[in-house]
Amino acid sequence: MAENIQTKHKKRFTKDQWTAVAFLIPSIILILVFVYGFIGWTGYVSLSNWNTLVPDFSFAGLKNYIYLFNDFRFQADLRNTLFFTILFIGLVIVMGMGLAILIDQKLKGESIFRNIFLFPMALSFIVTGVVWQWLLNPSTGFNQFLSVFGIEPKWYTDTNILAGFEWGSIEFGLPVAIIAVVIAAVWQMTGFSLAMYLAGLRGIPDELREAARMDGASEFQVYRKVVLPMLLPITMSVVIIMAHISLKIFDLIYAMTGSGANFVTDVPGVYMFETTFRGNYYANGAAIAIIMLLLVAVFIVPYLWNSRKGDN
Amino acid sequence: MAAFNLGKFIKYLILIVLAIIFLMPIYVIIVTSLKPLDEVSLAQMWALPTSIDFSSYAEAFTNLAPNFMNSIYLVVPATLLSALLGAMNGYVLSKWKFKGADILFTFILFGMFIPYQSILIPLIQFLRTIDLYNTIPGLVLVHVVYGLPITTLMFRNFYANIPDTMIEAAKIDGANFLGIFRHIIIPLSITGFVVVAIWQFTNIWNEFLFAVTITTNDNQPIMVALQNLSGSQIVEWNVQMAGALMAALPTLLVYIFLGKYFVRGLLAGSVKG
Repeated sequence: MAENIQTKHKKRFTKDQWTAVAFLIPSIILILVFVYGFIGWTGYVSLSNWNTLVPDFSFAGLKNYIYLFNDFRFQADLRNTLFFTILFIGLVIVMGMGLAILIDQKLKGESIFRNIFLFPMALSFIVTGVVWQWLLNPSTGFNQFLSVFGIEPKWYTDTNILAGFEWGSIEFGLPVAIIAVVIAAVWQMTGFSLAMYLAGLRGIPDELREAARMDGASEFQVYRKVVLPMLLPITMSVVIIMAHISLKIFDLIYAMTGSGANFVTDVPGVYMFETTFRGNYYANGAAIAIIMLLLVAVFIVPYLWNSRKGDN
Repeated sequence: MAAFNLGKFIKYLILIVLAIIFLMPIYVIIVTSLKPLDEVSLAQMWALPTSIDFSSYAEAFTNLAPNFMNSIYLVVPATLLSALLGAMNGYVLSKWKFKGADILFTFILFGMFIPYQSILIPLIQFLRTIDLYNTIPGLVLVHVVYGLPITTLMFRNFYANIPDTMIEAAKIDGANFLGIFRHIIIPLSITGFVVVAIWQFTNIWNEFLFAVTITTNDNQPIMVALQNLSGSQIVEWNVQMAGALMAALPTLLVYIFLGKYFVRGLLAGSVKG
């Protein structure tokens, strides 16, 4: 009897299993075409001569890529992306973790604080860009307070490169103007890491901290030796999510500053958009897009690979 | 005891100062948007308006109302469709796992991290071929397709918390694939649908790259119209701030009233289950 149920159950399972797969097939086809197929097509365009309004799919080899890596604007983009990414991720982590630890101290009004730091997450990068362009306008905004102390930064209109040296056709160093964009981006995204770290802190049992205190650890040591190591997986996730946002950033910069003088605030996302859709250099645009994809993949593929292994 | 209180005082001080800084942009938006144009000068940016003037809202409204409606027509169907497809996929990938299901899921998931620039050129060619370029239905299709990875992920994580024994019991009672979905899974997924819908609503409403490349003029969603407003010859900051508030209002309201679900979506989309 038991065996009977077992076989009957197994038989229906197979039939239902087929239904299950059938329900998945439309989505699989959509993803195959719209994600993988289109990436392949973009790769093909990037190897073609289609740099005019009229499509031209003749094979160009790596011509477009070689052009980009010798291009002043693209070199500036890579430099800007590098510094933007480092500053942006660093600040989002420090701010998010610091605020999470403060809010987690069972202070009064903790939910009010949490909500204030999180609300920019609900806004669009376009809204953020429009508002911060006004706030960091060199002749107004925050400078009206700062000028009292005699400090008047030029924010996103500054064309200086800090610690710059000649490298390729550009001056390599920290473009001061990018700091203004980083401030706006950090304002918007700190809520994300705050929420992640708060969830992480809530997951650490109080007994662990208690035990460390009993062993004579100071409050600082409790955080350094017990809490921080336990937050490491969350820090990894935040780094990867923020890195991929930063590498493909477009709307914030497009709305706030555009390319800037000498391309001090330009990024690949803006270059790709302008060269493709304003200049009709489709093959160049496709090449930029493929480079952006490869940069993102460096972070995302190991991350996905790991979380899949963690699944089983 | 005194030292303890000092510590607490410093903690509050840091939190309050940062909270004020975080809220400054909102103060500036509201104050500027309520000023008449002749009071909107660089020197008076932080000053309160001498009298409250709603004319910038009237102007922002005439400029942006059609695009606001475009965004509504875009967001509602796109959110519903992508949530439904995500629920289906999540159900299959969590409760009807087959050999290779996890690898397949990872391949689907990759789609949510790609820079959309890398599919944009073929996408536009494709939309032109099927006559959906420069249409709201075209944008709906795009958001449904590229929303699949995140909605699938969220529902898959959500369904992982429904015990397999419930499914097994229903199977033994003779329920089939669809019956279990309709009578067990759907009634348990109300929270899941709220979380996913809020997430998709916010993201699609705020999205810019697809909107600006796939639609022109009359068909553009609100964010593109807002961006165009700042590109006009004379920058009327009061109108722009009123426009920014108008564009941000739907997602802000959702956040204010359903913030708990918004945060759950945020966490569900980033932590693998």
